Amino acid sequence: MSKEARFRRGVTTAVAAAAALTLITGCSSGAGSDASTSGGDVTIELAQWWEPELPDGALRTLMDTFESENPGIKVKLLSGPYASTKEQLFAGAAAGTMSDVVGLDGAWVSDFAKQGALADLSTLMKDAKYDDSELASTIKVDGKTQMIPVVNFVYPLFTNDDLLAKAGITTPPSTRTEFETAAKAVTALGDNTSGWVLPLSSEAPNGIQNDVMSWVWSSGGTMLDDGKPDVTNKDVTGAVKYIKDLNDAGVIAPGSATMKEQDKVEEFTNGRVGMMIDSLSHIDLIRTSNPDLKFSISAIPAKDGFTGERGIPYASWGVGVSASSKHPAESWKLVQFLMNEKTNSELSTLANAFPGNTKSVPDFTSSDPLFKQAFDIYSEGKPANEFVGLPVAEQLMRLFDEQLQAILQGDESVDDGLKKAQDAWVGEF
Amino acid sequence: MASTNTVVRPGSTKSRTSGWAPTARKLTPYAFLSPTVIVMLVLMLIPVIMVIGYSFMDNVITNKNPVFVGIDNYVEVLSDPVFRTATGNTLFFTLVSVAAHLLLGLGFAMLLNSPLVGNVTKALFRVVYILPWLFTVAIIAVLWRLMLNPNGVVNYILISLGLTDKGIEWLSSPDTALLAVTFINIWAGYSFYMVTLLAGLQGVPADLYEAARVDGASAFQRFWNVTLPQLKPIIISMSVLDIIWTSQQFALIWMTTGGGPVNVTEMLSTYTYKLAFSRYEFSVASASAVLILLLTMVLAFFYVRHQKARD
Repeated sequence: MSKEARFRRGVTTAVAAAAALTLITGCSSGAGSDASTSGGDVTIELAQWWEPELPDGALRTLMDTFESENPGIKVKLLSGPYASTKEQLFAGAAAGTMSDVVGLDGAWVSDFAKQGALADLSTLMKDAKYDDSELASTIKVDGKTQMIPVVNFVYPLFTNDDLLAKAGITTPPSTRTEFETAAKAVTALGDNTSGWVLPLSSEAPNGIQNDVMSWVWSSGGTMLDDGKPDVTNKDVTGAVKYIKDLNDAGVIAPGSATMKEQDKVEEFTNGRVGMMIDSLSHIDLIRTSNPDLKFSISAIPAKDGFTGERGIPYASWGVGVSASSKHPAESWKLVQFLMNEKTNSELSTLANAFPGNTKSVPDFTSSDPLFKQAFDIYSEGKPANEFVGLPVAEQLMRLFDEQLQAILQGDESVDDGLKKAQDAWVGEF
Repeated sequence: MASTNTVVRPGSTKSRTSGWAPTARKLTPYAFLSPTVIVMLVLMLIPVIMVIGYSFMDNVITNKNPVFVGIDNYVEVLSDPVFRTATGNTLFFTLVSVAAHLLLGLGFAMLLNSPLVGNVTKALFRVVYILPWLFTVAIIAVLWRLMLNPNGVVNYILISLGLTDKGIEWLSSPDTALLAVTFINIWAGYSFYMVTLLAGLQGVPADLYEAARVDGASAFQRFWNVTLPQLKPIIISMSVLDIIWTSQQFALIWMTTGGGPVNVTEMLSTYTYKLAFSRYEFSVASASAVLILLLTMVLAFFYVRHQKARD
């Protein structure tokens, strides 16, 4: 072999080895730190699903304000859809690379707390001498504050005005009897029209929280006893029997068992159902998809004769701080910024949600009039969501969902189904 | 004398270079292979070993200090009635899908290979038949969810024809959901068989058919004694691969029924996913995944043995 050939072979070997080395370093460089310090500035990460759901650039503008008010702190936004944010946070918590500040859903908190992934916000508040009296609520697990709801989305009853009027119903139902009457009247209109829509897909079982347990909470009921499962009590049994009656009367839109939230909204938007329980955040979507649809919102009907404070289901954009953050003080400053009166008002206005700061008031001047009406419903009742802070909340919903489907199909009685759900929930706890 | 000191003995130079050159020659192929080997190690072998390791711990990821629990997780999975339901559903879904894929794929391939059909018609039908294979799973799921909706086009046609008086809940009824997802999977996958078998049919020598004709073989006998034996290697390879792919089908089930209603479409893949990402029981999910891996490896073993026999 010539000298040149030997040289060439040596070079190719080196190049191949270098390529392999590059690959290894390339693979490993992904596991970088969750925050960095460069040029005297501290960069903290905020992982959330909010940015895609807000108007373009809105969250970044808020972060620019934060950066200008807190020189030396930069915020890097890590945004993704809701479901992938959850998976990303779980992976980050397991690998110790969770972002400094994280967007949280109340249903995740217990599981992250179990992993030891979240910092105790009480300690951070104490260190920063923060007065938490303005916070509407905090979510605690084992006595430690793990999440602060930044904004809340409530789930009132949506009614199709035209369908109800055609069925002879002039006002949205306020009691269970009125609701049943309205649902039957709308269904009787025929032409594939149903009174109510109930999504029970086991892929996304949040229908149990929003569309089933809301009947319990709206009448001041509970599904827990001292923080433990109690789904065989008279509140839950009564609500499930009521839903079973509605099902037997044929007023629930067909396809319930595999229907998801977006299917529910689509059925309502297309004018095929008279009533649904849904998030206020879908008002704009409904208006855009069907500008001719006339609809109203009202509180979820309660048991006949109920005079107490009505619970209204809600979902939150919550916030927490990673236990592995290298910059907890700076991270807390960001949380504090999100929760201050001015930012919280602005964020709730942008998100069409209700503020997590008791002093904040959303600006309804340029929003849909229904938001103002919803704010009144929200102010008159009390936010209720007992799944917040429960362990494996989504699995609890799924287990209940399976039993409810069996009950609705007539495979088991209400009492037997709820007994099985109770046993399954106790097992998960 | 100085010249003597500067003399370099050819032998010593040769021994140095000849010592390096064979080593470099031996190392070169490994260096070229190393990126692939590293990727395989990092992305395949190490995760598989980790999952096997996880399956013997009490819980991982959510538990910072997991402890060894032996085969407890395997016992939990195997004694779970939902796992048994999922296994039965997966078997039904896989076997019916593969059989239908084969029959439909072979039927359409023979139709398109027939000399009775003109070239333009053949080209047109090739495009039509292959369309399902061009859609992604997400599109297929959305498409069929809409068509099989109680208010969808399928029910509209059935009601219009007087075959039913009210909309059937295809994906929501326990009586029809498994059949419906199996049908969707058959629709989505037969094209792959058709394309491959068509290529196989076009490779069957015409003189074999001619000889059979001379011997007085009927059309069925020509199919049975010429076509099938010629396609046998392709059919076996495709079927084994299809069994492996179909038994691992996740996206289609997840996006159409989510395993419901009441577990009637629960598959091993959706069962394992729920264990991991809904219950956060990553060790039990790992045990379930290892069991699926073992089942798949049995099939993969037969596939490799068949391929070796062919070679």
